Amino acid sequence: MVDLQAPLRAERVTALFGKKAAVKDVSLAFPANTVTAIIGPSGCGKSTFLRCLNRLHELSPAGAVEGKVLLDGTDIYDTGVNPVAIRRRIGMVFQQPNPFPTMTVYENVAAGLTVGRRVPRAELDAVVERALRGAALWDEVKDRLRANPLALSGGQQQRLCIARAIAPRPDVVLLDEPTSALDPISTQSIEELVQELKQEFTVVIVTHNMQQAARISDSTAFFYLGELVEHGDTAAIFTSPKERRTEAYVTGRFG
Amino acid sequence: MISRSARRRLFSRFMTGLTLLAALIALAPLFAIFADLVIRGASSLNLDFFIRNPAAAGQTGGGVANAIVGTLIIVGVGSAMGLPVGIGAGVYLAEYGGGRLGAVVRFLADVLNGAPSVIVGIFAWTWVVRPMGHFSALSGAIALAVLMIPMVTRTTEEMVRLVPHSLREAALALGFPRWRATARIMVRAAWPGIVTGALVAVARIAGETAPLLFTTLGNLNFKTNVMQPMQTLSLQIYVFATGPFEEWHRLAWGAALVLMALVLLVGVAARAATQKRFRNG
Repeated sequence: MVDLQAPLRAERVTALFGKKAAVKDVSLAFPANTVTAIIGPSGCGKSTFLRCLNRLHELSPAGAVEGKVLLDGTDIYDTGVNPVAIRRRIGMVFQQPNPFPTMTVYENVAAGLTVGRRVPRAELDAVVERALRGAALWDEVKDRLRANPLALSGGQQQRLCIARAIAPRPDVVLLDEPTSALDPISTQSIEELVQELKQEFTVVIVTHNMQQAARISDSTAFFYLGELVEHGDTAAIFTSPKERRTEAYVTGRFG
Repeated sequence: MISRSARRRLFSRFMTGLTLLAALIALAPLFAIFADLVIRGASSLNLDFFIRNPAAAGQTGGGVANAIVGTLIIVGVGSAMGLPVGIGAGVYLAEYGGGRLGAVVRFLADVLNGAPSVIVGIFAWTWVVRPMGHFSALSGAIALAVLMIPMVTRTTEEMVRLVPHSLREAALALGFPRWRATARIMVRAAWPGIVTGALVAVARIAGETAPLLFTTLGNLNFKTNVMQPMQTLSLQIYVFATGPFEEWHRLAWGAALVLMALVLLVGVAARAATQKRFRNG
């Protein structure tokens, strides 16, 4: 069941807040160039699990992680692995658009590349343009690269955050309910964008919106009370789930 | 017989009026002080006032050039020592001060913030003036630095705390090391507020008199050596206003006006310096 070729694999991951386990013993593989959706009711641990994949969870108060997360075969929790280097290879987009308000649109996209090193201007221009095109935002902001990002609409801000996350060309892109703060039209443009992203990246998206998971993902994992209940092809999960709890959730009987 | 909603509207208006009244009462002393200073002080302001030192006791003429320069030097040296420490401590408390050490530092800062400034002056006298064997501008600047550190620490901490946590996470997720996320994202986002807090502190210490009485001491001559006693506007006002000569009183009013104007100038300059830098369109 566990795909050993997958560039990103979680093996028996348990995420703790102090003594309380928010994610319990989850193993899950994320194959390259696919979109994996993680669904489940509020508080089921899906966001916490996502934050284990780029070592962000350990920065939460009393946050700790057990188990392994393998990125191209290397456990990112091995002693001697620098979490900062890991996070450069795994981009993340959050629930609320969070562009850096002190930086221009351009500087936001460049932020992940310019941290701690100098990049020649011409090269940076090219990377910023490619990232903004990749986030389907270039045409809208190409004349406003020096503007305040907070002057953009919510949907544009979120696409700016996607551009910022993909500009350093990570291997994996994590999306934590990226459309929950957006209107339907912006949501649609982000969903279309996710389809584009998987051409280049391994994509993991947490969503509380089951229709969204059904529309945009290749495989779906259903979390409940911190456990991975079921994982499989998206079509199978939504039409013929093996577990009763999965069926109850996807048919809207609870959650 | 008035309806319930009409009564509520009336009550709402009445309460709004009360808050407006309170605001006016709060502002009244400010305008009164300003008006008083301008009326009594403006007449002494001439070129001599800014470029000459006080005349000998009992004689007319003279200015407060020594006090103006002294204030700038002492406040400048004090700020150069106090601001970096205060801002650094505030950033530490906001970003890394969750543990016991943070709680201790925060508590001590609050205690020090409440300490009367004359006590800080005694502290500086004990630890700087006495070992050095003489009064000096430097000891006064140290006293002012000690006074401003807890103020700046607490305002800086508040300002950094106001920056949304999500910005730090965004930076960390992009592969920023922790300290870079602090410096480039959190502190930069909080910077206008930090600068405002710092300038309030600068303005506060510019007017301090008590801690300078037995450190900087005062000086009727023009001095720029921080190892010697020096005059400041606040000390000048204290000595001249309580002195017996009409000419001194006149200079004291002028000095008060200049001190007030300096403080205002600092505030205006700060606002200009922290304006946003975006181009739109």
